[in-house]
Amino acid sequence: MSNNGIGVAVRRKEDYRFVRGAGTYTDDIRHVGEAFAHILRSQHAHAKVVSIDTEAAAACDGVVAVYTSADMASVGGIPCGWQVTGKDGNPMNEPKHPVLAEGKVRHVGDPVAVVVAESQAQARDASEVIDVEYELLDAVVDMSAAISNGSATVHDDVGTNLCFDWALGDKEAVDAAFEQAHHVAKLSLVNNRLIPNAIEPRCAIGEYDQGTGNYTLHTTSQNPHVIRLLMGAFVLGLPEHKLRVHAPDVGGGFGSKIFNYAEEIIVTWCAGQLNRPVKWISDRSEAFMSDAHGRDHVTNVELALDENGKFLALREHTLANMGAYLSTFAPCVPTYLHGTLLAGQYATPVIFCEVKAVFTNTVPVDAYRGAGRPEATYLLERIVQVAADDMGIDAAEIRRRNFIQPDQFPYQTPVALIYDTGNYEASLDKALETADYAGFEDRKQESASAGKLRGIGIASYIEACGIAPSNVVGSLGARAGLYEAATIRVNPTGSVSVLTGSHSHGQGHETTFAQVVSEKLGIDFDSIDIVHGDTNKIPFGMGTYGSRSIAVGGAAIVKAIDKIVAKGKKIAAHLLETSESDIEFENGQFVVPGTDKAKAFGEIALTAYVPHQYPLEDLEPGLEETAFYDPKNFTFPAGTYVCEVEVDPETGVVDIQNFHATDDFGVVINPMIVEGQVHGGLVQGIGQAMLEGCSYDENGQLLSGSYMDYTMPRATDVPSFSVDTTVTVCEHNPLGVKGCGEAGAIGSPPALINAILNALSDVGVSHLDMPATPQRVWQAIRDAQAS
Amino acid sequence: MYEFNYKTPATVSEAADMLGASDDGQLLAGGHTLLPTMKQRLAAPSDLIDLSGVSELRGITVDGDSITVGAMTTHAEVAGSQDVQSAIPALADLAERIGDPQVRNRGTIGGSIANNDPAADYPAALVGLGAAVNTNQRSVSADDFFVDMFETALNEGEIVTSVTFPAPRRAAYCKFPNPASRYAIVGVFVSQGSDGVRVAVTGAGGSVFRVSEMESALSDSFSPSSVENVTISDEGLNSDIHASAEYRAHLVTVMAKRAVAQISG
Repeated sequence: MSNNGIGVAVRRKEDYRFVRGAGTYTDDIRHVGEAFAHILRSQHAHAKVVSIDTEAAAACDGVVAVYTSADMASVGGIPCGWQVTGKDGNPMNEPKHPVLAEGKVRHVGDPVAVVVAESQAQARDASEVIDVEYELLDAVVDMSAAISNGSATVHDDVGTNLCFDWALGDKEAVDAAFEQAHHVAKLSLVNNRLIPNAIEPRCAIGEYDQGTGNYTLHTTSQNPHVIRLLMGAFVLGLPEHKLRVHAPDVGGGFGSKIFNYAEEIIVTWCAGQLNRPVKWISDRSEAFMSDAHGRDHVTNVELALDENGKFLALREHTLANMGAYLSTFAPCVPTYLHGTLLAGQYATPVIFCEVKAVFTNTVPVDAYRGAGRPEATYLLERIVQVAADDMGIDAAEIRRRNFIQPDQFPYQTPVALIYDTGNYEASLDKALETADYAGFEDRKQESASAGKLRGIGIASYIEACGIAPSNVVGSLGARAGLYEAATIRVNPTGSVSVLTGSHSHGQGHETTFAQVVSEKLGIDFDSIDIVHGDTNKIPFGMGTYGSRSIAVGGAAIVKAIDKIVAKGKKIAAHLLETSESDIEFENGQFVVPGTDKAKAFGEIALTAYVPHQYPLEDLEPGLEETAFYDPKNFTFPAGTYVCEVEVDPETGVVDIQNFHATDDFGVVINPMIVEGQVHGGLVQGIGQAMLEGCSYDENGQLLSGSYMDYTMPRATDVPSFSVDTTVTVCEHNPLGVKGCGEAGAIGSPPALINAILNALSDVGVSHLDMPATPQRVWQAIRDAQAS
Repeated sequence: MYEFNYKTPATVSEAADMLGASDDGQLLAGGHTLLPTMKQRLAAPSDLIDLSGVSELRGITVDGDSITVGAMTTHAEVAGSQDVQSAIPALADLAERIGDPQVRNRGTIGGSIANNDPAADYPAALVGLGAAVNTNQRSVSADDFFVDMFETALNEGEIVTSVTFPAPRRAAYCKFPNPASRYAIVGVFVSQGSDGVRVAVTGAGGSVFRVSEMESALSDSFSPSSVENVTISDEGLNSDIHASAEYRAHLVTVMAKRAVAQISG
């Protein structure tokens, strides 16, 4: 048997179908008799809907039906999955999120009506003759203005644009520490809004079976069971046993496909109304204005330090944009995924964080690769850098002085989390050495002789993966559990089907999970199949986000394997006529140590299904086990990134010369896949820091609504990355893993901005907001020269 | 996209007849502007007259000191042409840096100049080299051809057939691309030929324009230092989320200086 177990860079199984164009994405699913939905969307950011006349549309060629919210009176609003409680003890304002606009439109792209027709083109043609009379209202775009007196309100029944005012930490202790501080570093910054842009646009197909009353939704989702629960129970009133949600191959999500979207509800409902399959597929322009956006924070942060550069306290005030409605997990992103990360890698004794979440007439904002943690890391690694510059301390040295030390674990932070393991100095040292931090000054001189400004930047990030445990998140407002389920189905001939509640949309689970099973059961990698993405096949699942798949989904698989091995031992003991306690399982064999007695895994499997020689009175036949794993804690990947840039002062163009990442992901299952995840994350982080800027005008019109204006990173925008790892093993999950999906996007923006500002310090520039486009860099240089 | 009639002429005169006979027909060259606009339902021509089968519009010919490029010649063909590379390497270089490989293998010189997108690259080359635009009716100098944003001197029913470029002594094109679209935020084409120095700027204004102050400074002394202190006014220049008028004005000087340096170096 080839070694394709844990730690081996096995090539991805799934790529055989993906690179040959043989994947099955939602749009590849065709049904006899299918009809097509087109959504008429608001072109206004904020308007009253005075009337909607659908008569002409209904009379168009090929039109099957036209619906507005009036037709969907029995359908509930789109639910929010997390209720944040404000510092006054009251729950957040949670206005209704209608599937189709009810009386008002609240962002450009807000769904107003749906046309179902025989073809996609006919549906779109007909949508153009729907006559909507709007009464335009002032658009709420800027967050500060939104919560000032006299602002128009996005939700009139709420009466304010403030969704919640939340705080975490000991304010009095923090204020007292600031009073005593030797130095206070201050910074105002913007964490720019991003538009996710997965390569596969969203798509949804609803089906209804009149004979059984069963519904099916095929959808581009990261978590089909969550959609079944949210959409079935809360919106359409469909019990789980009558609704199947199927998320087949999905071409990237980055968070944007976690959420329950209006279109999923629309096609499912329409299928029931019309007794026909109904398909909707987003085009790219629609995606820009209907997929949930990410980030969008405006922040003030202060760091108090003693005379040696030791951190005494951190204080943060943030405005977090929710957009027009609360998307599924929006409220937890700027709160429990953000405020709780503010200790970073540092032993800051006290921290206070205050977050006001604000409604605006913009696309809803929700989790996007990193979700809250990039925002926390960015402000923290920027203010640390500002403090270092203020006090004349080297960037690496100030971090080193403040790191939580290896002997301090488990470490209770002042912002609720308990870090289990870590060795931050080890990652920093390795990163500095590989990036040749010491040799920077020579390279800077070389750049200077070519008329370029060179800078180096460091970011030491921490992140929290596999949000957990369920009872704790429940107490913080989550309306779901955050465990994972897995079934190990050993087939009679010894092959294994793994049914996992995690969902793969690019991560490579079919390979990584098979490596875990191959290692644990000692069976061939190729005789293991990973099944995911279908509520009719998988017992249950919470899906994939927050870098939870291996740490939570993988752990559930290991738990189920443990049950298989335990049962296998009973069967082996019977066959070998010995006691169960004498049996050990190693390398795919049930053996009695010290004897030649052994039974191969395949023999045990066959015996379980052909139980002729079997303890039938004590043991059921078959070999299939299900486990649910609820993590005891988050996992805490951490690392240090070092970025080196050259800036052309004449044009403001930033060229990334080197980018090195040292990450501690705990045990690594497949180093090649992990490296790929880091590369992808770094590119997304660099995209945020240098290229991607979602831009609205004062009327709430999206200015960056296509690739003509929204800059997605290209290969030529990024350098050839250098990546490596250090390892401290996660102690509370059975694989010792931490998760690697988001780290790159979390650690890279501050590393890059620190590097750019280090380069620009020579010309007097001390601040830049992301994205650091050539124009912004040039303007900053010019402004500094003028002042 | 709305419905339209699709026509495939074999000759220029046939294409002109079809255009004349249509209600609201449009010529289709590479389609890089027209087709996306139609897909977005922002354009709805009654007829699309596809020039891809008109063989007389394709190809590159050399005639003494000039090169004539057929209107339906793709950017990739211009970039890859040995004739262009040896006579006007700056033109081959410009074509090589338009868009991406897909664009370069579909997009055509005739389509690009007839559309006169303010951020397109070719107008800078035509004006920067003092080219002539040949149509089925006449020949127009590039200086007169580009009128304003998306507007040319073409009459109703007039079809661009080719462009004739006089080979300069030396030339270079420096472009500052839009980070998202890679169109020119500012592109400056500088040439030195028998008729003197030309400096043509695309991307910065409503349409390509020449900078006479730079031209005369370079005529006196052809070196980067001659243009590095020549600033142009930002009045009337384009401004968008990627580049303010002020930034564009600044980039004109920087790109001009770099083009001259490239030529001189």
